Amino acid sequence: MEPLLEVKDLSVYYGVIQAIKGISFHVDKGEVVALIGANGAGKTTTLHTLSGLINANKGDILYKGQNLTKIPNHKIVSLGMAQVPEGRRVFAEMTVLQNLKMGAFTRSDKAEMDETLKMIYKRFPRLEERKNQLAGTLSGGEQQMLAMGRALMSHPDIILMDEPSMGLSPIFVNEIFQIIQDVNKDGVTVLLVEQNAKKALSIANRAYVLETGSIVKEGPASELLNDESIKKAYLGE
Amino acid sequence: MSSFLTYLISGLSLGSIYAIIALGYTMVYGIAKMLNFAHGDFIMVGCYIIFTVSGALSGNSIVGIIVAIVLCTLLGITTEFVAYRPLRGAASPLAVLITAIGVSYFLENLALLIFGADIKSFTSVIKWEGLTFADGNLRIQGVTIVTIVVSLVVLLVLQLFIKKTKQGQAMLAVAEDKGAATLMGINVNNTIMLTFAIGSALAAIAGALLCSAYPSLSPYTGAMPGIKAFVAAVLGGIGSIPGAMIGGLLLGIVEILSKTYISSQLSDAIVFGILVVVLLVKPTGILGKKIQEKV
Repeated sequence: MEPLLEVKDLSVYYGVIQAIKGISFHVDKGEVVALIGANGAGKTTTLHTLSGLINANKGDILYKGQNLTKIPNHKIVSLGMAQVPEGRRVFAEMTVLQNLKMGAFTRSDKAEMDETLKMIYKRFPRLEERKNQLAGTLSGGEQQMLAMGRALMSHPDIILMDEPSMGLSPIFVNEIFQIIQDVNKDGVTVLLVEQNAKKALSIANRAYVLETGSIVKEGPASELLNDESIKKAYLGE
Repeated sequence: MSSFLTYLISGLSLGSIYAIIALGYTMVYGIAKMLNFAHGDFIMVGCYIIFTVSGALSGNSIVGIIVAIVLCTLLGITTEFVAYRPLRGAASPLAVLITAIGVSYFLENLALLIFGADIKSFTSVIKWEGLTFADGNLRIQGVTIVTIVVSLVVLLVLQLFIKKTKQGQAMLAVAEDKGAATLMGINVNNTIMLTFAIGSALAAIAGALLCSAYPSLSPYTGAMPGIKAFVAAVLGGIGSIPGAMIGGLLLGIVEILSKTYISSQLSDAIVFGILVVVLLVKPTGILGKKIQEKV
């Protein structure tokens, strides 16, 4: 079976510095794939390149048979790829509801949108309670939920999540990871970028380890969890 | 007393013109994060278009205004596309600022080339005489009333557009975070272009009102009102639409009252003095938001 997303020999430069050094990986439909690595390994750069916020200098990003490097970045969402960006980046001066509606910017069927909104409120009851509140006044965990809800509003086939646990209390971290699993069970493929490698590996099917712009290891998440070098470098054991 | 009222009202009227110009400044700043210093010259271009078209049609100013709005919109879009867009993401934000100043000189000198340096006398687009109150002691000119009404309508329509339409919401999103807006599927370039289109159309409207109230037209007609409107936008809090309105009205009233009661030579000094004081006390302007520190 052809993978849903396939990255081939991707290179990204910031000026003269090569941030991504020809990486290749794939995500199959229905999977949770984790991309783990230390600060500055190139995880966020990879996701930004997938969503077209940064241009690839070399390589291909194949998604549903299309090469995303050749598609204008604002058209990527309507192909079914959404991103929950690092640091959440909710629109602080808009209400929760307006933020969610922004997530559905590319959709035109209002009835379907309302249906999705209902589902999101069911998954995140707190967002419904606070729908008229400005997003900037939410707590970090609530903003993370909003960022996820906003991405889900586009009804994606694959969702890219960048450090969803960053800066959250342990209770929220557990909640967020539970939600990621639930979203995946509902049929959304997940590409998860995390510094919290232990958590990420515990819910992922497969994982790739990124080190200074290169993939140094890959395999089933359960195997990586027991890998001695991974344990030492990323799991703090 | 009634003379004070007359001055106050003419201050409101001048302020309304500043407000409409300031709206263009502030929207472009809020969304594209750049100061379009050529904005004032779009006013002048609008005035010359009305002058030329109305002249050719023997005084049919409605057609002139419509043509001016359309052409100014196109001018705004073209300027953005040709001069500003290529510099977006340039290493220094100064690049686009200097380009804007260049566009300003270009337009002024182009007008100089086409229409010459002599001052043209502009026929008011508003033929209405106005209203008289209190047994003829208080007379408000038609152009004054129309100016105030037009600016209120513009503000209202703009607010509705931003609050109620998808494109308006997209503008807010782009203003806040271009990257996140792109992730929503918003075409950032088109949104910025739309902002320039609206701002430039407003400049044409402001031009029609300005030259109706002060009927002399030269290639430098837009320069000073442009700078004052910029001051108004900063005073009100740059990036804020109600702020531009408040800043514009305030500036117009202060200018007229200080011209009347203090000194007509000093009025500009007072206007810019107020800017300095306000910025010392509240650097973000009257309605400006505190710039949030990124954590």
